[in-house]
Amino acid sequence: MATAPQLTATSAGDVLELRPSGSWIAANGSDLETLSNAVMPQLEQAKSLKMDMRGVSELDTLGAWLLEKLSRRAASHDHPIEIIGISENNAGLIEEIRQVNRHNPPPPRPRNPIVTKVEEIGRSAWGSSEDVGVFLQMLGSLCVALLGIVRKPRSLRLTSLVYQLYRVGWQAIPIILLITFLIGAIIAQQGIFHFRKFGADSYVVDMVGILVLRELGVLIVAIMVAGRSGSAYTAELGSMKMREEIDALSTMGLDPVVVLILPRVLALVAALPILTFIGSMAALYGGGLVAWFYGGMGPSIFIARLHDAVSVTHFEVGMIKAPFMALVIGIVACSEGLRVKGSAESLGKQTTTSVVKSIFLVIVLDGLFAVFFASIGM
Amino acid sequence: MDQSAEQFAIRVSGLVVGFGRRVVIDHLTLDVRRGEILGLVGASGGGKSVLMRTIIGLIPRQGGEIEVMGTGIGSTFDRRTQAAAGRWGVLFQQGALFSSLTARQNIQFPLRENLALSDALLDEIATAKLEMVGLTPEDGDKFPSELSGGMTKRVALARALALDPAIVFLDEPTSGLDPIAAGDFDTLIKTLQKTLGLTVFMVTHDLASLNTVCDRVAALADGKIVAIGPMRDLLRSEHPWVRAYFHGKRSLMLQPKAS
Repeated sequence: MATAPQLTATSAGDVLELRPSGSWIAANGSDLETLSNAVMPQLEQAKSLKMDMRGVSELDTLGAWLLEKLSRRAASHDHPIEIIGISENNAGLIEEIRQVNRHNPPPPRPRNPIVTKVEEIGRSAWGSSEDVGVFLQMLGSLCVALLGIVRKPRSLRLTSLVYQLYRVGWQAIPIILLITFLIGAIIAQQGIFHFRKFGADSYVVDMVGILVLRELGVLIVAIMVAGRSGSAYTAELGSMKMREEIDALSTMGLDPVVVLILPRVLALVAALPILTFIGSMAALYGGGLVAWFYGGMGPSIFIARLHDAVSVTHFEVGMIKAPFMALVIGIVACSEGLRVKGSAESLGKQTTTSVVKSIFLVIVLDGLFAVFFASIGM
Repeated sequence: MDQSAEQFAIRVSGLVVGFGRRVVIDHLTLDVRRGEILGLVGASGGGKSVLMRTIIGLIPRQGGEIEVMGTGIGSTFDRRTQAAAGRWGVLFQQGALFSSLTARQNIQFPLRENLALSDALLDEIATAKLEMVGLTPEDGDKFPSELSGGMTKRVALARALALDPAIVFLDEPTSGLDPIAAGDFDTLIKTLQKTLGLTVFMVTHDLASLNTVCDRVAALADGKIVAIGPMRDLLRSEHPWVRAYFHGKRSLMLQPKAS
């Protein structure tokens, strides 16, 4: 039965006699470590070591290693060592432990912290140029896959495309409706509250209309989709990569881009304009309701003012952006998914990267479009 | 502690396990003696892994008693199972190494969670375990995704042995290894069992390991143990499934040369 371990050290002249007793097992690990560390100074002074193991009732790898370490410390000073009283049960274990930890791997060379920092900066700078490469490569292979579809329309994975459309389009409608409705309502409320101070509260319709149709509708929907569907794409492809499913596809002579990525990206490109339209309408509806109940502007007046305030151009500007944003989200999500390595941690890291990067790129793209539309006068 | 608990590491009696209406383990009784290597054979999908997972408390049972080292195992993962978990190590079929930790950290994990030891000692113990399972200290810095199949099994075994358990459960330890690696693994298990005084519960299909390392072999068919004993007893068993298993084409090497 387990008993408390003990280590009695008696010095007789230059001879140190160690008498371990009790249970030298892992369950008593921390006590054992304290005990063996306590006799280290005495061990340094002694000229020879005698170890009497008769009192040891239980021994396992941890205990055996700690005792072995003591005798090795003595051996390193070329002191004679005598070990007696090893029980038959433990002899094999002690013999085994004598063999291990004989050569320690060389400790890693200490590195100059400044050099390390510089190397880190260099690597991340190089990494971002690599990101551009990965993006362009994915765009290129999507184009090639699309050309293949044009030449041979039967090779399009229609079932997969419809299923992905259902997932990223149809199933996203409720949450998109809710979020954009609230955004529209909040903008209208803020507009009415502040415009009322200088009697311009009827201009809130212009603000809601232009803001929602040109910018906010598509932006909010794209960000929602990046978080909702982009992350799902990355996680799916990443875990397929981890389980070698993508390698299996390649060995069957199928192109993973055609089978897995093209239907996903096409579904996103098709779904995002639809979701943007639905989202924009929900935002206008929300704005209209607030204008009616909070601002006292009836629906017929709201619609009439909206008719004057917004033109089809504003609507077009919003809708044109949607498929490009979808393409960016899809490419980033899929290429990040394929960059997942073997570990669960890298799956999480790549999914985070995918969402952060696609939202960032969506906003950058929106800025570029703003410059473009301004210069062509839309 | 009574006589039976001294003698048997695992006692299973009247165990019933099923999923929905399908009964996988049907009133099974099995005793594993202390210090022996017991091999469990059975058809694929016949409940070998289910039996092992039920004993270690991962699958709830519908009836029966399980005792591991004298401690009754609860039907779910409760405190008693947790206390007993300190006394067993499990080698899962695919290794189940934590993919975000290096091999060394994987081995240190159970030690770190259960004991308060210094980092230096943890490193030494992990290296000792690595060498005991036949790997080099340098292998300890690799991540599971960088290890070969055989190395993964060895690291998983080292992790299972980290706390020096009284019992190790091995789920198909030699599957997917080449005959040389499988033979080494068998020798390793035998050596460790001798030096550490382990009880080994091994689920396997490997006829060679059954023949060379197992002290006793139990055959699981129709949810029951239909034959148990040393290999030569099983070869003489009259049960049709056991006959088919040990007297098939692939089992000819087990037959005594004279017959």
